[in-house]
Amino acid sequence: MRKISFSAREKRKEVLAKLEKFGLELYEQLEKGMFPSITMPSRSTDNIYYSPELRQYVLGDKKVRRSASNIRHLRPFAQLVWMAFFTHELTQNQKTSTLRDVFYSAQAYDISFQDQDESDNIITDLETILGCTREDFNVFPEESSAVFGDLTIEYTIPNYEGKRLNLTSHPDGVMIGPALTSAEFIETSADKVIAIEKGGLFTRFIEERVHERFNAILVFLRGQAPRSTRYFIRRLNQELGLPVYIFTDADPWGMHIAMVIISGSANAAHIRELTTPDAKWAGVWASDIINYKLPSDKLEDIDIKRLHELMRDPRYKEELWQREINVFMKIQKKCELEAFSRYGLTHVVDKYLPQRLKELED
Amino acid sequence: MADQAFQEISPADFFYRNKEIAGFANPVRAIFSAIRELMENSLDATEPLGILPDIYIRLSFIDDNEDENLFVLRVEDNGSGIPADYVPLAFCQFLFSSKYKLKQSRGTFGLGGTMTILYGQITTNRPVKVISSTGAPKIYEYTLMIDIERNRPIILDRKIYDNSDRWHGTIVEISLEGDYSKAMPKILEYLKQTAIVNPYANITFVDPRGRLYKFERTVLTLPPPPKETLPHPHGVDVEMVYRIIRVTKCRTLLDFMQEHFHRVGKRIAQRFLDFAGFPEDADPRRLKPEEIVRLVQAMRNFNEFLPPDANCLSPLGEEILKAGIMKELEPEFVAVTQRKPSAYSGHPFIVEVGIAYGGKVPSGEDIVLYRFANKIPLVYDESGDVSWKIVKSINWRKYGLMPGMPFAVLVHICSTKVPWKTVGKEMIADRPEVSREILNGIRDVARQLGIYLSRKERVKREKARLSVFAKYLPKIAEFSTRLAGKEKMPDINEILRRARRLEED
Repeated sequence: MRKISFSAREKRKEVLAKLEKFGLELYEQLEKGMFPSITMPSRSTDNIYYSPELRQYVLGDKKVRRSASNIRHLRPFAQLVWMAFFTHELTQNQKTSTLRDVFYSAQAYDISFQDQDESDNIITDLETILGCTREDFNVFPEESSAVFGDLTIEYTIPNYEGKRLNLTSHPDGVMIGPALTSAEFIETSADKVIAIEKGGLFTRFIEERVHERFNAILVFLRGQAPRSTRYFIRRLNQELGLPVYIFTDADPWGMHIAMVIISGSANAAHIRELTTPDAKWAGVWASDIINYKLPSDKLEDIDIKRLHELMRDPRYKEELWQREINVFMKIQKKCELEAFSRYGLTHVVDKYLPQRLKELED
Repeated sequence: MADQAFQEISPADFFYRNKEIAGFANPVRAIFSAIRELMENSLDATEPLGILPDIYIRLSFIDDNEDENLFVLRVEDNGSGIPADYVPLAFCQFLFSSKYKLKQSRGTFGLGGTMTILYGQITTNRPVKVISSTGAPKIYEYTLMIDIERNRPIILDRKIYDNSDRWHGTIVEISLEGDYSKAMPKILEYLKQTAIVNPYANITFVDPRGRLYKFERTVLTLPPPPKETLPHPHGVDVEMVYRIIRVTKCRTLLDFMQEHFHRVGKRIAQRFLDFAGFPEDADPRRLKPEEIVRLVQAMRNFNEFLPPDANCLSPLGEEILKAGIMKELEPEFVAVTQRKPSAYSGHPFIVEVGIAYGGKVPSGEDIVLYRFANKIPLVYDESGDVSWKIVKSINWRKYGLMPGMPFAVLVHICSTKVPWKTVGKEMIADRPEVSREILNGIRDVARQLGIYLSRKERVKREKARLSVFAKYLPKIAEFSTRLAGKEKMPDINEILRRARRLEED
């Protein structure tokens, strides 16, 4: 068992300080009788670059300036300042809010958003300015995934502060929500993380005691992983030093679920600390369809189109990805995680998983 | 060959057989035309003589008849009145008129009034009652019918009353067949538009169901009365020259030209006769028919006659037109223009144009056009009129306008001879001289409206702009203050003041 240092409280203080500094800058400009303005990195597509060093998309040097003297900026400017104020309140009081909640909360302050897209976009602006994620200032999306395994955490949220929980306590797994995301990691016996795209296999793994047999923390991604889950996986990797293995369907969409965890998305180019560059796509590979004689479906036009896109994507330049993309193209087949059930319910755990983990560890 | 094939018919008989010429083709149109004709006679008996018109029109069902198609129409005015001896002829003989001179008036030959009486007579077989006084001590009341075959009035009764109040005016009461319910929209439209171009008139109309429509006078000034004028040499034909020769006292063509034609002086007369190849001292009464034809042709072709003078015209003037539009349309904006006098074929004319926007101006799917000729609204056959053609050809977007917006165009043409397209007198013909003036007039007022609209739009935008600053700057101040943990809000009034002066981005 390893003891891990606290980090969530530090993070909270840092975020509050950043928000206050932002407010103070605007306040001082107003005091001087100036139209307040802010400068932030541009998030337009021509300012998004892939950084091979960081192995993720980053923003370039282009900046945009928002000024209250520009009539077209005024409304988003006011929305942004309110957003900073509101999230500061949230973070200070250790309350959380969903994206939807934020959209509605604005109305109480006579700040209007046309729709949730508009408020989501302002939240992204705030992330860009502060250089941290919305989860850092306690705003979460609705969707959530789950985790199961021998990891003891300690809550930092009000009313639960100091309470501890072992993540094997609930056989369905524990939801990766705001409380868990902000929890401190106390101790674990696990030596790896296995992330799974689909709920069926996640449950199978728990039933087959994969967490014990393979010393693993199991994470259910629920398709494309939400940012809080990606952040959680990163913490498991960075804070606990655990290698991460990702299992998805064998098709271009499954590959990309793994890739976004590893290298992030262009949409989140303004945020660091969301990616887990050392995580590995553990399957199901196109070559597994042949080697394990898995039941498969024919690739559809849209799958093929997507494969062509991925082939040119800078994140996919490494050998494994290129190789598997080529196999997909060659065999024109895809298959789902559940396909292993053809050989009996336990086959995937008994045969495939140990073989693959061994391959990757070597 | 039978005698009757060559039988002469009287003018009354002719109009009896051709009712549609004067607008009495059917019961709907007939009731409209009856009101229109009598009202226009009343206006012509007042305004040109310097009298502010008070006109009262009552249409009612014939008492003893349940048939809803038979009406009594009574029109009263405070006009100059008709001398007692002339009443029978003026009302009951065709082509008897006080209007055989050249000056602008609503009717031309007094045909309309007599036609109305004739129509009433043939549909109801009832006489017309005319009460009139010139302000003399007596008031005369005639009960008349028309002898259609002989074109003569038949006096059925004549009464004389004392006129101690020195009342002057005319009251005409006829019975007629008509279809009021179908004609009503046009009649009301006609009255409203009449009120637009006659804002100095009080017009009252009581309809058969007892509904009262009042159009009240809002100006006390009348348009300048038209002066009588001589015919312009460009505008005469052989027949007219014949008639003039028959009555002239001139013994030489040089005198003849100066005496009987508009704006012909000695020098121009000399140059013209030289051009036409007639000796100056030729006796006009001795001209042979073919010489008269040659003279008239030369008049048409001689280019040095002065253009006709417009003082025989009586345009409304910009003030009165504007007042009329304000009164009946209550617009948010109005622009009017009076074009300079011009002439076509020797007939002088003046075009007046107005445009009204917003307020109670109706907005239709198409552009709303009000047409007037010699202060008479034209409410039928719009699509055949030259103004309609011009209105449709204009690119309204250029002025920030499009069909469907609440704006109305008014075109008034006044002339000693309105260029009618047909005998129905509802459409103006497309004469290049006339249409050019209409087009330029419309452009002029449309430009003024365009400027108004763009200024209004600019003010609106500026207001909206300032309201954005006023709404959001305090929010930015409030939340940044709270975020920074400060107690006191910064003073943003100075910034708001500067926002007012900022150029638009």
